[in-house]
Amino acid sequence: MMTLNEFRSLFQNGLIKQNTGLVQLLGLCPLLAISNNVVNALSLGLATLLVMAASSGAVSGVRHFVPHEIRIPVFVLIIAALVTVIDLAMNAFVHPLYLVLGIFIPLITTNCIVLARADAFASKNHPLHSVIDAVAMGLGLTLVLVVLGAIRELAGKGTLFSGIDLVFGAAAKSYVLHVLPHYQGFLLAILPPGAFIALGLLIAAHNWNKARAAQRVRAAVPMAA
Amino acid sequence: MTDATRNALRTGTVLFLFALVGTAILAFTHDRTEPVITRSQQAEKLALINQVLPASSYDNDLLASRQDLPPDDLLGTRQPSALWIARRGSQVTAVVLEAIAPDGYAGDIALLIGIDIDGKVTGVRVTAHRETPGLGDYVERTKSAWIDQFAGKSLTDPEPKHWKVAKDGGAFDARAGATITPRAVVKAVRSALDYFARHRAAFVAAPPAKEKKA
Repeated sequence: MMTLNEFRSLFQNGLIKQNTGLVQLLGLCPLLAISNNVVNALSLGLATLLVMAASSGAVSGVRHFVPHEIRIPVFVLIIAALVTVIDLAMNAFVHPLYLVLGIFIPLITTNCIVLARADAFASKNHPLHSVIDAVAMGLGLTLVLVVLGAIRELAGKGTLFSGIDLVFGAAAKSYVLHVLPHYQGFLLAILPPGAFIALGLLIAAHNWNKARAAQRVRAAVPMAA
Repeated sequence: MTDATRNALRTGTVLFLFALVGTAILAFTHDRTEPVITRSQQAEKLALINQVLPASSYDNDLLASRQDLPPDDLLGTRQPSALWIARRGSQVTAVVLEAIAPDGYAGDIALLIGIDIDGKVTGVRVTAHRETPGLGDYVERTKSAWIDQFAGKSLTDPEPKHWKVAKDGGAFDARAGATITPRAVVKAVRSALDYFARHRAAFVAAPPAKEKKA
């Protein structure tokens, strides 16, 4: 049903070529707001991934029954319902984390990347492909979130995984890595401007890497000829 | 029926069906998660209250003892705020009340204050604020132990004129460079003690709420 190549290209698109955070620059509001530490970033990333996978699967499953004119309201309805389910479930089962992520869970509904994948990909493809595409896109987003969270937390507080006890209970407090002991802290990194600066640097690194790869290809062509 | 009408009816029906299924799923999830959510919210509230009032100092169902206090300048409140009355047996041992320090660096600082029947603070916690992260937010217990210094204090210890931060000649520490926040908190705790002193008789005489024993 699905070749290895298709599978690979979906993941390449999601993680690198069409990365939502670095290339498409979609859904930046939660990306910038919640990336102040690794735990928040990872949690929101995974919640978004879950919503994307579920909504893409659902949208793709019903794509033959949805008249073209009302596809957007139907997709939004599906996404909003799924997000509310996840919102309620998180409130019930990981309450402390829910308090931290707060408004950003319901706001996944308005994250344009979810609707974008539903409309651009899932409504035209087989459910399996759609779910895998959504997972790949979600992983790409999570990856950027986590890297951004790690940079900001490290620069801002000198720790990694602070707040992990909110997910795994008080016993997990000892998992927090104090990478830079006696660090005085760098407030800018944790405040919103730090998010823009760090994301800018990440995009720059991504573009630099792309440019270098393109140059290597160009340099290789004459040799092959 | 024209084609257009038929088409409109068909799309309308499809949209309606989707809305129906969506609503059903949400109703089901809500029904399943609601008891758990209520329980964790109450556990969270009780855990917070127990930070300002040791669970060993009362044996009633504290959450059920909740009353609304009318807005009061001494509490800094503009809306009714909550009061919990702790009892051991039939004896009132302490109260826990919500107060607001209205003059923080960035607006209101919401406080939860435990006061025992002798007018001594059993504990204070900041429950909500918008103070600068990394600067004024050390009044949060998760950031530093600063707020612990209120425990055991009363209107006579230190004397009223020393209910200030050290920088203003008072008895309470504050970090250099961030005195507005602690100044507001010290003032609010003091006012809350005043409020308690004025209403103590009413609190002690309050009939126990209909509550099941914890």
